[in-house]
Formats: sequence, structure tokens, C-alpha cells
Amino acid sequence: MAQFSFAFPKPGTKKLLLGASLAGAVGIPVLLACLLVFLIPMVHKPVFDAFIREKLGHDPSTWAGTQWTYAVALFLAGIVMFTFAAISGGIFSWYERRVAGRIQSRIGPNRVGVGGFFQWIADAVKLLFKEDLIPAEADSVLFRAAPYFVVAGMTLVFVALPAGQAIVVADLNVGIFYILAVTSLTVVGIILSGWSSNSKWALFGAMRAAAQIISYEVPAGLAILVPVLMAGTLSTQGLIQAQGGWPWEWFFFRNPAAAVAFVILFISQLAEGNRTPFDLAEAESELVAGYLSEYSGFRFALYFLVEWANLWIIGAVTTTLFLGGWQIPGVTAQDWAAVRGTGAFPAWGWWALQFVSLGVFSLKTLLQVNIIIWIRWTLPRIRVDQMMQLCWKYLVPAGFLCMLFTLLWQMVVLWAPLVEKVTAVVVFAAFLYFTWRFLKQTRDNVSLIAHERVDLSNW
Amino acid sequence: MSKLVLRRLDRNNEEMLVNFGPQHPSTHGVLNFLVETDGEVMKRAIPDIGYLHRSLEKIGEMVGYPGYMPYTDRIDYLAAMFANEGYAMVVEKLIKVEVPPRARYLRAISCELNRIASHLVSIGTMATDIGAVTPLVYALREREIINDLLEALCGARLTYNYHRIGGVAFDMPEGWRDKVLHYLDRFDSSVQEWDRLITWNEIYKKRLGGVAVISREQAIDYGLSGPNLRGSGIDWDLRRDVPYGAYPDFKFEVPVGRGWTGKVGDCFDRYYVRVLEMAQSSRITRQALEKMPEGEVQAKVPRKIKPEAGEAQSRIESARGEMAYYLVSDGTERAYRVRARTGSFMAMGIIEDISPGLMVADLVALIASLDVVAPETDR
Repeated sequence: MAQFSFAFPKPGTKKLLLGASLAGAVGIPVLLACLLVFLIPMVHKPVFDAFIREKLGHDPSTWAGTQWTYAVALFLAGIVMFTFAAISGGIFSWYERRVAGRIQSRIGPNRVGVGGFFQWIADAVKLLFKEDLIPAEADSVLFRAAPYFVVAGMTLVFVALPAGQAIVVADLNVGIFYILAVTSLTVVGIILSGWSSNSKWALFGAMRAAAQIISYEVPAGLAILVPVLMAGTLSTQGLIQAQGGWPWEWFFFRNPAAAVAFVILFISQLAEGNRTPFDLAEAESELVAGYLSEYSGFRFALYFLVEWANLWIIGAVTTTLFLGGWQIPGVTAQDWAAVRGTGAFPAWGWWALQFVSLGVFSLKTLLQVNIIIWIRWTLPRIRVDQMMQLCWKYLVPAGFLCMLFTLLWQMVVLWAPLVEKVTAVVVFAAFLYFTWRFLKQTRDNVSLIAHERVDLSNW
Repeated sequence: MSKLVLRRLDRNNEEMLVNFGPQHPSTHGVLNFLVETDGEVMKRAIPDIGYLHRSLEKIGEMVGYPGYMPYTDRIDYLAAMFANEGYAMVVEKLIKVEVPPRARYLRAISCELNRIASHLVSIGTMATDIGAVTPLVYALREREIINDLLEALCGARLTYNYHRIGGVAFDMPEGWRDKVLHYLDRFDSSVQEWDRLITWNEIYKKRLGGVAVISREQAIDYGLSGPNLRGSGIDWDLRRDVPYGAYPDFKFEVPVGRGWTGKVGDCFDRYYVRVLEMAQSSRITRQALEKMPEGEVQAKVPRKIKPEAGEAQSRIESARGEMAYYLVSDGTERAYRVRARTGSFMAMGIIEDISPGLMVADLVALIASLDVVAPETDR
């Protein structure tokens, strides 16, 4: 069998590439984290005022254009969040292809940078240079506008999506409801793209996507109600503050119905994000490329940007609602207040702790992103009628039952708080047991083929 | 698109008419289906064939008898050995040549390896059409080694041109036997891997089980053959029932559809029959390698083949069902008529009658489960 080798053009290039890739792989996430940690809390008026007053020595109330300063700060925060969404989407696209390569017994992208890390930048640049083709028979205005609706539906979510103790652009009091609402904006874009393409396959895909996303919002909404009932608030930060750092303080473990609701929400979000096994809308083997069929160039790239940025949203929403969000184990609200200090501008320890909270949140989210990618490259696609059946016959009734159970559960917990703690320990133990079973099964499966040898040399 | 097909459409109704192909990702090769759909549910799918027509039968009348052998490769590019063997057999019948035993064994080995390769592509693309992209890569990984082995045997990886009138082109190279046996050891465990990878996946079973059921009677009426026929529960295999070549010497079972996940004759049965057949092919190859007789690989055949006027027919069990050649000689150096009967053409015929009421996604599963290969339908 032929051996393939890749000759680098110059002797020093390999080191340069390695350095650049490492700098990119470490530098980009670190830079993003710094931006998030230092810029986003500044958006909150007291912190921003204190920053100007204490660090810059000015009094903002005496300025003529004070309101404009706030507006600029908000705008900056918006750009930071948008950059975060776009870059994490790009990195996920690289990561997904690497994981897919491993799953499929091949290598995956490995040419642009070491480990192919810059593949996502290369792809985006390539798509930027492509002709922005609009079919002659297409409704050109709608065709051009459709991707922006989809992008808006994705980016608006990041307004209320927390990533750390103070890292949220706007802690809306209807936060989770807002997230549910703006996600639906993608449907508008998808239907527009399907209709305006003037292609039968695109129309097929658009109708499927619309039916799917609208249907699965019902079980998603019902599942979201469970943690909302437990926390008594719709605010994303409030939901996280109602949970604790240790796993048995998470909503997931405190209420059996919440564990079920987590599964319902996870499945519904897979469907809303058009991920396998629910990728019916862009089912390649059936609908060519679904509503994307006629798109090319950067508009095409925007759809995929949204698809991969949605991975973060899926993970972040479930993390917020069920998995304790950014809560660091062992750090209570009192500790946060103590670290912050008494000054108007937070002390350095507080900023450092923000980093930790961002790390905890990212870890939980990325674990779920990883699971979603595994699912995508493992499962076949379900049929459109089966998709509807799953939604209306199983998930919606189950969601209702979870909600009713939670209502009763909250009354029981109010009457005997010990019940919640016992349940948490029992469910957590069961979770550990099943995780162990899963890992053991995986190990057995691997050893059947590879005889105790797990080959990770390709990474 | 032919006018004949268009004339059959009723354009005064509400259904949407979609061209499913010829550049559609899951029509294997260049096929076209005119799909009349009411939303997701199909009214019917009319196959429109002919995009890959290359006058292969006519070419058989233009070139001499031995010269036609490379053209037969192109009838079915995924299983070229069978087309080779069928043609070689029909000419041998016409000029009454006995094939040496070693050549017969080599023919069986090359055909069975090719059957495994062809079925791997079939079930791999089937999984891809259902939406699981990963199994295809595993199937192609296994097929790649078969390609290497056949390349070592005959110098080509796809269009083999290995069989000759009266034998085969080359004896097996040194050390090839051990390589094949070594590969088969590995392959047998990979069939099990396949079961865990996709076959018993719950979604996969739901997608294929009970979909596009072809009853026993329908299967016979439409002339289905090979795995498609056996998927409908009919125990018929030319290798066993009308033995040819070296097949009487081997012990093997003929897998038959049992309705593993639903009804007998659904897509899953046709799929799983192929998986089981691969294991049997491996078994046959193993026996053939063990019993391999010594001797010549090519019978004495006149340099100029000029059979007496007459006709002959051969039937073999190809990876896509029965492949039959019918040859008429008028006593000259060129055939008067060459006719190839292929499994895919028959399978295409049944799609229109099975498709009403299926979903669009099921049409993909149906085409994949019938293992239709475009050049075989069009020739």
C-alpha cells in the first residue's frame, strides 16, 4: 500500500507552523477568555462607573456625552460576544472534523497548520472569495436577506447567555424566555431561504426545518419550565444562583423529573439546531442540501457558522438550566461577595475568580458539544414522520409530566427539605454508575477490535 | 428525459413533480426518478433510465469474441469479475472448451472477493443514504484491501479484465494465498464489527424495517434476482441450484430474508442478506484456497475464435443478482448478437410499483436496498 508523505517547503517551516498553530490553539481561546472576563462585566453600569472614577480619575456624571459612553461600551460588548460566537463556531468546525476523522478511521484536516488547526480560517477565507451566486429565478431580495435572519437568531441568544459569574451582557429578568423566543428567528430565515431559492429541494428542506423547529420548541419550552419552577425565576443568572457548585447541588440531580427534562431539552435542541439524527432539513442523501442547495460563497458560510455556533448555545443553555452553570464547587455567594471587596470597583481576586467560573462553564459546555459531535457521526437520520411522532407522542407528554411532577416535588421539598438532598445523592450515584457502565462498555468494544490497544497517535 | 416518461404524467393535479436525479447525491450513478409527491408522501416515482447507455451490447457485435472481454468490465464497475465470467462462460459454451480446474477455482476466488467488495459498497452507501456517514468509511477501508489483493492478482483495481475465454489471464502470484487467508481472518471479525456499528442500531432498524416490502409473488413476477430475491424470502441461488464453475465443490449457506425487524421482504431484509452473504463469500474463498488444484490456468483455445453458427446462454450469480449472457453466432469472427441480462435493470422495474405511499426518504432507502447500479441498468 502506498505511503503518503508530505514534504514541507523549507526546513524551518515546520517549526514555524508548529509555533503558529500552538499560538493559535492556545492564544485564541485565551484572548477570547480575557475579552469576556474583562470587557463583559464592564457593561454593568456600577462597575463601569467605578472603573472610570477610580482607574481613570474622572466623574462620568459630569461628562456631556455620558449616555454615549455607555452605548459605546455596550456596542463593544456586542462585538465581543459576536466574535466569541463566530470564533468558537469556527474552532468547533475544526474540532468536529478532527473527531469525525478519528471516528471514521481516517485522519481529518491536517494540512493548514499542525493538526489542521487553521482549517476553519482557510475555509472561511475561501468562501469569502467565492462568487456570491444568486439564481436567476430566485427572489433576489429575500434570497440575500435570509442568512441575516439566521445569523441574528443565533447572535441574539448571546445577549442573555451567561458564561461566568458576571459574564453576561444583559441579565434579563426574562432571560431564558428571551433565548427561547429569539432562537425562533432562525425559522424565518430558513423559510425565506427555502422559498426564495425557487428550488423544489430547497422548499422541501425549508418546510421540514420549519415544521421541525416549531414542533420541538414545545417540548423544549416544557422542559425549560422544570428548572424555572425550581428556581422561581426566568433570569439566567438567577437560575444558576439557585444551584450550587457541587454536582448534587445541580438541578439535574435534585429532582428526578429534572433529569428527564434535561434529556428532553437536549433532544429538542438537537432538533432545533438541525443536528443528526434530526438533520432532516439539510439531509444530503434525500434533499441534496435542503434549504442550502442554492447558496454559495459567504452566505453559505453564514449558515454553517450558525450551525456550529449553535453547538455552544445548546451546551450553554443546558448547562445554565441543569448543570449548575458557572458555579465553582466550594465557592458560595458569600465567598464571591467577600472576594469582590467593599470598593465600588471589584478587587483583583474577583476578576481571577471570574476566569475560574468561565472555565467551569466552558468545561461543562464543551463536554456536551463533544457528545453532540459524537452523536452526529454515529447515528443515522430519522424519518420526518418519526421525527414528528417522537416530538408529539413522546417528548411533549413527557415534558408535561415532568412539569406536573416538579410542581408536586417543590411542595414536598418545602415540607421536607431532606428529600431533595437524599434524591440528589441517589441520582448522582446512579449517574456515576451509568457513566462507569458506559466507559466499561466502550472499553470492551474497543478491546474486541483493537485488543486492549487504544490508538490515539493520530491526534 | 424521454417523452415516453413525460407522457405518462398527469399534470392536472396538485402534486409536485420533482426530478430526483440525475445529479442527486443518493442515486448511485446517473439515475433519474420523476417523483410525484404530495408533501413528503410520494404518489409514485418513475425511473427514467438511459443516462449511462454506452451501446455495450452493440459493441459486442463490432469487436471479436476475445476483444469484447474488457468491455464487459464496464457493464458493472463494482462487480466486474461477474460480467467477465458470464461472458467467458457463454463463449466457452459456444466453442465447447473445458476450463481447467485451477482456472475454475481462481474464477470462484476472484468472483467471491469481488462479491464482498461490491456488497461492502452497497451496504456502506445504504448506511450513508440513511444518514449515518461513518459506516461507509469502514466499508471502503475493508474494500480497499480487496482492491489491493485483486490488483496483485490481475493488475487492475476496478475494471479487472481478468477472465479469459477458456481460463483466466494469470495464475495467482507467490504468497498471494497467505495474504488472502490473512485478510479473511481479519474480515470475518469486521463483519461482526459491522453488526455493532450500524445493523442493530435502533434508528437504522426503524428506518429500514417494514419499509418498501416486496412480497414473494411480486419479487418473482418482476424477475428480481440475487440478494433482492432472497431478501423477499425465496431460497434461490444459482451457485447452489444451477451450479457452474467450481461451486459444486464448496459448502456454503444461502442467507434468506426472515423479516428480522418487520416484514419479510422489507429494506432491512435485503440489507442484512447482503451482510450475511459477505460472510458466506469469505467461507467459499477460504475453501477454494485450501482445495486449490495444481495445473494450467488456461485451456487450449484457437487463436482465432470462429464458432459455428448457433447460440448459447450462460447464467451466473452476480453480486446484483442473476447475470445472463445470450450469444448468437453466425459463423464469423464476430458475434451476431450479444445480450446481457442484469439484476439492476429488473430491480429498477419494480421501483415504480413499490413507491406509491412511501416517503421521499424511503425512496432513498428503497433504491439503496435494491443496490441499483446505473451502468448495469443502461449498459
